[in-house]
Order: sequence, then C-alpha cells, then structure tokens
Amino acid sequence: MMRTLRAMPTLIRVGMVEAIAYRAEMVVWLLTTTMPLVMLGLWTSVADEAPFRAWGTRDFVAYYLVALIVRNLTSNWVAWQISEEIRTGAVSGRLLRPVHPFTGYLGTHLGAVPLRAVAVAPVLVILLWSSARGVLVTDVAHLALVAAAIVGAWLLTFGVFLCLGSLGFFLDKAMGIIEVYFGVFAIMSGYLIPLALLPAWVRDIAAVLPFRSMLGDPVAIAIGRVPDAGDAARLVALQWGWAIALLALASWLWRTGVRRYEAFGG
Amino acid sequence: MRLGYYARLFAVQARASLTTAMQYRADFLVQGLTSLYWLGWNLVPLLVLYDDRSSVAGWSFGAALVVMAHFVIVRGILEGAINPSLGAVVEQIRSGAFDYTLLRPADAQFLVSTARFAPWRALDVLGGVGLLIYAFVRLGHGPSPAQVGAGLVLLAAGLAVMYGLWIMIVATAFWVVRMDNLIYLLSSVFDAARWPASVFRGVWRVVFTFVIPLALMTTFPARALLGTVTWQAGIGCLVGAILISIAARLVWRLALRSYTSASS
Repeated sequence: MMRTLRAMPTLIRVGMVEAIAYRAEMVVWLLTTTMPLVMLGLWTSVADEAPFRAWGTRDFVAYYLVALIVRNLTSNWVAWQISEEIRTGAVSGRLLRPVHPFTGYLGTHLGAVPLRAVAVAPVLVILLWSSARGVLVTDVAHLALVAAAIVGAWLLTFGVFLCLGSLGFFLDKAMGIIEVYFGVFAIMSGYLIPLALLPAWVRDIAAVLPFRSMLGDPVAIAIGRVPDAGDAARLVALQWGWAIALLALASWLWRTGVRRYEAFGG
Repeated sequence: MRLGYYARLFAVQARASLTTAMQYRADFLVQGLTSLYWLGWNLVPLLVLYDDRSSVAGWSFGAALVVMAHFVIVRGILEGAINPSLGAVVEQIRSGAFDYTLLRPADAQFLVSTARFAPWRALDVLGGVGLLIYAFVRLGHGPSPAQVGAGLVLLAAGLAVMYGLWIMIVATAFWVVRMDNLIYLLSSVFDAARWPASVFRGVWRVVFTFVIPLALMTTFPARALLGTVTWQAGIGCLVGAILISIAARLVWRLALRSYTSASS
C-alpha cells in the first residue's frame, strides 16, 4: 500500500508526459466525440420550432455541451490498452512490477486528465457565454455535488473499462464487446438523448443499470434538472456505490484472468 | 481491353476478400446480429422525436426514415468496401509495404481501393434496403421508375463524394503517416448524415453541408427518391461529385510523388 502511494506521483507524471507527447492524436480522438454535437444540432432545430416536452433550446444546449465536457473529462482508453497488451503479451512486463498493474493504468489515465481539461475548456467557455448559462446550477451545494459526480463518473468509467479490458483474458475478440457496450451505453446513459425524454420502459431499465451514473445523472445535476440537493446527493451516492462495485468486479476479473493467462503463456 | 483487365483484377481482388471472409463464417451471424442491433439503435432518436411531432423542418416520419435508410446503406458500403482497404493502405505506408503495391502493373489507387472488402457488411446494406421499403410503406406510395433512377444516380454520386474525401484523407498519410484516427474522425462526422441536412441550422449547416458535403451522400439521394429534388439541384450534385473525384485523383497523384518508402 505504502509502495503504491509512493509510486503514484511518478506514475501520474509519466502519464502526463505521455499525454503531452501524443497531444495531436489525443485532440483528434477527443474531436471524434461528435455525437453530442450532432444531437445538439438536431434538437435545437426541433426546440426552435416549439419546446419539446418542456425542454427548450437552452436546455438542449446546456445538456449536450455539459455531456460533451463530462464525457471527454471522464473517458479513457484503458480497455483498448489492456486488450492490446494481453494480445501482444506486453502485460507480462506489467505483472513483474512491484505494484498492482491497475496502479500503472491509473497513473497513465489520471495523467491524461489535465490535457483533457485543457481540451474541453473551449466548450466550457462557449457554454458560459451562450444563453444556456441560465439553466446551470449556481448554489454551492449543487456545485459541490457536480464536482463529486464528475470524480465519481471518472472512477466508474475507469472501473467499467478495466472490466472490459480484463475480458481480453477470456475472449479473443474483446473489441467486439466494446462495440456492443457502447451501443448500450449510448442509450442507457443519456449520451444520445436525455433519459428524461426516453419512453418510460427504457427509463425503467436505465434506472437499474450503472450507465446513467456515468453521464446522464452528473449532467442532469449540473443543468438543474435535480433541484433538490438531497435527491442529487442520493444520485451521487448511488454513483459512487456503482464505482466501487465495478472496480471490485474489475479486480476480480483481472485476478481470475491472470491465472488463465499464466496457464496459457506457460 | 484496359477496362477488361481492370474488371478481371477487381474480380480477383473481390474473390480473395470473400475467401478470407469465408474462413470466419461465425462472423456472419455476429455481423448479422450487430447490424440488426445498430439498425434499431439508429431508429431510437427518430422514434422519440416523431412520437411528439408530426414533422421536423418539413420532414415527415416516413421521409426522415428514407434518409435514415440511405444512411444505413451508405455506411454499410463505407465500412464494407471503403474503410477496410483504405485503413490497410495507411498501415502499408507506415510499414513500407506500399512499395510492393507500386511495383505491380496496375494503377496504385485502383489496387489499394480494392485491396480488402468486408463482405458481411452487405447485411447492413440489406437492412437499409429493408428500412427503405418499410419507409415507403409508411408513406403509402412508392417512387416512380424515374424517381428510382434519379435516386440511384444521386446515390452513386454520393458514394463518389465519400470515396473522394476518403482518398484525400488517405493521401495525407503520405505526408504525416499517422492518419488512422483522422479516418475515425471523418467516420464520426459522417454520423450526422443520418438526419436530413435541412434540420441543421446556422453553424451546423455550414459545417455539415459545405465543409463536409454530407447532404450529397444521403439527403439528396433520398430527396430524389421522394421526388422533391429539382433538376438544377440534381445536376449540381453530379457536378459536385465529379469535381471532388477529380480533386481526389489530383491529390492522390501529388501525394504519390512524395512517397519516400519507409527505409529511405
């Protein structure tokens, strides 16, 4: 434990340097998240004609821009990294290190966060400059909850991607799983359409899945769709619960997977 | 004679891809299920939107479905016939294996464009055609033979535009090598083509229909099929497609000249 804590600052620094070294690639990857902008273009022209079920143009602008910010701040590519390392055998090198492999991944991806923050800053500026500013929450309790929800979303997303990456120990084609995952995520998290606008039966399914905590709930809190701070706090608590559960699941998958990996690699 | 030569070459390349694909027959089932899944997935926003409205920016549900069906068809062709080959050539340029392509007695652009196909993607195209038929059932009237003809011509023009853009992106790989994520970027911008171009306003319209001519790929072929496109606009699409094809050819040849292989 102490060893891990001592190693962490260095690992994060390495992650930051890596992120900066491949900055152009990173920025292009961030730009590929065009889905919220496409949906924003669609919904604003719909809402300009008439508000859509109590959602006006401002609400849609705020929703999709905050979604874009949260998504880009909290995303990572650890699933691809792990499955590639398993495929090429590079993961053996990680297993030899004196800290848990997850620590190394954590450092790499925490280190990328500052660059991600810089990259999404223009979106934040546009958001604060546009008329959508009016729907954002401003009171201290909600702002603190938004911050906690973004940290929680980061941890939860990291846990989910660790799980998906660890599946590479069991499956040859782990990347196909990620495509399916993304399809479910995009609908059940509110990435494609705000959950509040989906049919009731889809919302019922989404309610019991972790995906909404990754995106939809933090965004809803930030744009004032959860006016009661107590309700918002409950959403954040649920989210952190999911984050802990997924990280625990990832750690179990990894442990079980490594045993198989050794058996195969001999 | 030249044409016959290239036709035979095309057949050989296509057969090679098919043989490779047949080795992974289980993929057929997986691909079929994923295609169906994404087809349904694409419809979700449309269903949510038209549950509340009867028309958006002048497009009824059926008409918007026609555009969506074109999107599914064009994306099936993109991922089945264009992306695999051009993704492979970017890798060849990086590794230097492109030398062997240049040595062959055929046009390099033709060779790289037909190098690899993903035949299972034909299922996406079939799904798109099914959706198209359903859309016209919803509309309550089919297109006339002239409209079908115009739709096919404009669809071909749209595919030419897309192919031209992709060739230009790949050509830049000769200068900057790491281009694979730019292909992803273009693919994700192409996602916007699932909606009729006229629903986008202001800055979006500028980006989507002028900077990247998405309307040419799906909206105009769909409108031709619906019979709402004017002669002038149709001819404009064809001229645009021809200009982009010529530009792509020029950029490709220019880029080829600066290819230095990997070892030099």
